[in-house]
Amino acid sequence: MRTKRFGVAAIALAAAGALILSGCSTGGGGDEAPKGDATAIITTDGTEPQNPLIPTNTNEVGGGKILDEIFAGLVYYDAKGAPVNDMAESIESDDATTYTIKVKADQKFTNGEPVTAESFVKAWNYGAALDNAQLSSYFFESIKGFSYDVNVPELEGLKVVDDLTFTVELNQPESDFPLRLGYSAFYPLPEAAWEDIAAFGENPIGNGPYKLAEEGAWEHNEKISLVKNDDYTGGRKPANGGLDIIFYATQEAAYADLQGGNLDVLTAIPSGALGTYEDEFGDRSVNQAAAVFQSFTIPARLPHFSGEEGNLRRQAISMAINRDEITDVIFSGTRTPAHDFTSPVIDGYSEDLEGSEVLDYNPDEAKKLWAEADAIAPWDGTFKIAYNADGGHQGWVDAVSNSIKNVLGIDASGDPYPTFAEARTKITDRSIQTAFRTGWQADYPALYNFLGPLYGTGAGSNDGDYSNPEFDQLLSDGLAETDLDAANKNFQDAQVILFKDLPAIPLWYATVNGAWSETVENVEFGWNSVPLYNEVTKTAAE
Amino acid sequence: MPSRNSQQNHFVAPLEETPLVAIDQVKTEGKPSNLWIDAWHDVRKRPMFWISSVMIFVIVTVALFPSLFTSVDPTFCELSKSLDGPGGDSVLGYTKQGCDIYSRIIYGTGTSLSVGIIVTVLVFVLGIVFGAFAGFYGGWVDGVLSRVGDIFFSIPYILAAVVIMSVFSAYRSVWIISLAIGIFAWPSTARVLRAEIFRVKNADYVMAATAIGVSRFRILLRHVLPNSIAPVIVVTTISLAAAIVAEATLSFLGVGLPSTTMSWGNDISQAQNDLRVAPQTLIYPSIALSLTVLSFIMLGEVVRDALDPKARAAR
Amino acid sequence: MAGYILRRVLQAVPVLLGTTFLIYFMVFAMPGDPIVALFGDKTPNPAVIEQLRERYHFDQPFIVQYLLFLKGIFVGDFGISFSGQPVTEILAKTFPVTLRLAALAIFFEMIAGIGVGLIAGLRKGKFFDSSALAVSLILISVPVFVIAFVAQLVFAINLGWFRATVGPGAPLQDLILPALVLATISFAQIQRLTRSSVIETSGQDFVRTAASKGLSRRRIVPVHILRNSLIPVVTYLAVDFGTLMVGATVTEGIFNVPGVGRTLYQAIIRGERPTVVAFVTVMVLIYLVVNLLVDLLYAVLDPRIRYAK
Repeated sequence: MRTKRFGVAAIALAAAGALILSGCSTGGGGDEAPKGDATAIITTDGTEPQNPLIPTNTNEVGGGKILDEIFAGLVYYDAKGAPVNDMAESIESDDATTYTIKVKADQKFTNGEPVTAESFVKAWNYGAALDNAQLSSYFFESIKGFSYDVNVPELEGLKVVDDLTFTVELNQPESDFPLRLGYSAFYPLPEAAWEDIAAFGENPIGNGPYKLAEEGAWEHNEKISLVKNDDYTGGRKPANGGLDIIFYATQEAAYADLQGGNLDVLTAIPSGALGTYEDEFGDRSVNQAAAVFQSFTIPARLPHFSGEEGNLRRQAISMAINRDEITDVIFSGTRTPAHDFTSPVIDGYSEDLEGSEVLDYNPDEAKKLWAEADAIAPWDGTFKIAYNADGGHQGWVDAVSNSIKNVLGIDASGDPYPTFAEARTKITDRSIQTAFRTGWQADYPALYNFLGPLYGTGAGSNDGDYSNPEFDQLLSDGLAETDLDAANKNFQDAQVILFKDLPAIPLWYATVNGAWSETVENVEFGWNSVPLYNEVTKTAAE
Repeated sequence: MPSRNSQQNHFVAPLEETPLVAIDQVKTEGKPSNLWIDAWHDVRKRPMFWISSVMIFVIVTVALFPSLFTSVDPTFCELSKSLDGPGGDSVLGYTKQGCDIYSRIIYGTGTSLSVGIIVTVLVFVLGIVFGAFAGFYGGWVDGVLSRVGDIFFSIPYILAAVVIMSVFSAYRSVWIISLAIGIFAWPSTARVLRAEIFRVKNADYVMAATAIGVSRFRILLRHVLPNSIAPVIVVTTISLAAAIVAEATLSFLGVGLPSTTMSWGNDISQAQNDLRVAPQTLIYPSIALSLTVLSFIMLGEVVRDALDPKARAAR
Repeated sequence: MAGYILRRVLQAVPVLLGTTFLIYFMVFAMPGDPIVALFGDKTPNPAVIEQLRERYHFDQPFIVQYLLFLKGIFVGDFGISFSGQPVTEILAKTFPVTLRLAALAIFFEMIAGIGVGLIAGLRKGKFFDSSALAVSLILISVPVFVIAFVAQLVFAINLGWFRATVGPGAPLQDLILPALVLATISFAQIQRLTRSSVIETSGQDFVRTAASKGLSRRRIVPVHILRNSLIPVVTYLAVDFGTLMVGATVTEGIFNVPGVGRTLYQAIIRGERPTVVAFVTVMVLIYLVVNLLVDLLYAVLDPRIRYAK
């Protein structure tokens, strides 16, 4: 009985899927109708979310990947990182300080509740309030009324105008604010969330292209099952029936599953397979630039690294690193040597900014600068780069240390900390006495996101305590510009200063390394290294 | 000894009326002999003993004087030589980082050997003390000692080592890593010994020793322990191997010795990343590890046979 | 007998307290603030950190945290993980998986270890004995992660005999490969122990008596030799079962087994104290029960051992 009924339902679903697809293709007109089974479930790799699935409390990729599929924010990012309205009808501002946001009518959460201006404002207020201690609360910092000192239940800068309209007032002009709105912290929440937020985090109700397959679809440490949300009408309409995100403890395990035919789409390649995966999977693999910048930071408070001497030494060290060779040998070409402080996928990126030659390998100049620094005060001791041993960094840290050691003729080595927690704590409380690994994955695709939070005076993630008033001025000028190109010019000029001071030594940009099985097609990776899952099609199982 | 015998006065005829004195005299005047001397006589006749001894001698020499065996600096690594094959200065080729494999193995010997030996000594001593007293005295002594063992054993040693190595991350050294591995590994040795003593302590010769009034502690030392030590030696020689391997596993988990310390464990755990493309970087240190382990196990095997009167009798 | 069991159960209480205290202290002493790590590479605002510390009682002194934890145990509340899941639920999901894996591994190593050890012991010094020694040496001297990677590469990916990792729900057939890998670790030990024990037993009077009585080898080997050789082996197997039950961190990670070892390792690395201590508590309980069963088993295997009172 049961199997029979299921069979009928499946056929009905498949038919419905076909209707939607054909409708889509005539409407869009561009692409040919995607082949494949509209009910097929795509399996892909992920990691167990470290926090409850609440948008403002998720800041790591494991949970973020799921939230991006089950929620729809005001905008989403297309493959190139350009924002496209999702729930927003319009986002407007004259002065880059006050924004008027209109929400599309007739949008629904999967429990039937309408998506309104209130859904956004309440969710943002919750995320910003100190008492709720949300991990992503800093995203609301720039909204008027935000405070780290007292609990503010309702931000002064957020005002509901009518059912579908609200305004946001910022502390200062920030022209890239609309760009940020696709980040998960800005997702709306239904009224149902406020009844029991803890329970909601376990079984979230969203408004995105997918929804949880059922109550308890999040099987901890194993997987989460998502199915297509038929109520979603935005631009990310799925061409498949759903997603099974399998949680892996190691990338090796996920890769083994792809090879063994148990996984459709793999989003990261383990280091041991970086040299071989492109041969093995051919055009079913990808190696493209990602919005991830990697570096190490030498704080000015270390002996020999302040003032003129410090700058000379930083430049010498930067020129002593053979980035081309390291990315080639250690990463098998799956990293791109850095030419600036941002990422090639970001609008406004430039490969030849003034001063960027300090990132080129130049052993003679490096030795010369090091000798000049030695003339100011002679060097002693070992140059160490701290890293967390649980993150697979040893290979490149050793290679960078060897490169510095061989060129400058000083002792250099890696300094591993067993856990990420320990390394981060020492960096955060400034007790670390060595250089240390730093990295930045963009929250939203904008140059400012790579600069402001990292090198602005007193900024949250300015772990090296860098401060340069000239740089700060260029940043705030850029933010005040409403014209994107003019803004980007300011951000590029700001980097010219960074090349002189080297608050962090840029190393390389990560690339997206992925591969997929023969059963799936139309796999495209977005700017944030995550595939556009809604576009993936899977041929029906034979 | 005479004072012990005099206690028997209560139960048997006066000494001078028995042949006991005569028997005792024959024994004490004989050529001095004990278990260890017997074992030595036995062991030196076996080729396996000499083979393993020579191997261990060589390994220890390498560990103590690595510079006699190579002139290449193991810490000089050039990425341009990454994974190059043997040739020129290099006997075995280069690692991914472009370091000389042979030289790293030579310089890593000392570290790996020290970890193995320190852990083994620790496990052996703690295991024997706890196991022997618990098994032999039984009752509340067994209760207390076995429960202490339980506390340490029920915490998985890899996890405990992770925690210990994290706590002492600033002082990571051969001693700390050995302590981290050893302190949670001894209960298994203790349990094996305890079980064996349970079996042995009711044997006829123990009863006999008790009957003639040998002190409890002396019985344990002279009769029970030698007769129950065989499985402990087997387990211990294997645990020497396990300790060297555990050092590699801890490196794999990121809590091993600092990467500046040369050790086979570090090299093996790094090489496993490139298992698919460059198995040689994994194979050579693994062979070094296997040979070391082999020589110690062979020695353990010989010593076990020699110490075990029953096995000796059977030959 | 009943008195003996009761005594052992009572002795379990201090062991439980000792172990949880020890592990709690160790995790507490681990450098690094787990709350800071929650923020990834981004540096959080101190005010937010304070709020979170309070939520997980991390602002309390060590002894208070430990007592709060003990109080929780008595009401059956092990706390919640950082991802908001009750720890009791995590326990209920992971332990059955590891139990299956451990049972399978023990089964394999018992069959192979005792079998090979027995034959090697009976044919001491012969070709089979030497080969068995060689194989166990190789297995001992290769770290388990290497064995696991090679096994996965060869048997799952190249030959396709098994799934490369354990699928959802951890079905038994997926656990075969990781179980085999786990079995190789202890195979050597069991094989050597059985061998030496068999050699020793074979030389004993009762075996010779049995042989001189004209009993067939088919009767002497299982009844007289094997039964009397099994005590150290059974001890080791039980100890090993305890070890496997507390999880095989490395193997579970490589084969993606959603079991105790992988979960606990991640909890330790992340500094999730409630999860860590709850797991260890349950582990100790399992370990104590297994040990008790072993001690009782001695009496069955060896009639000379009797538990007084």
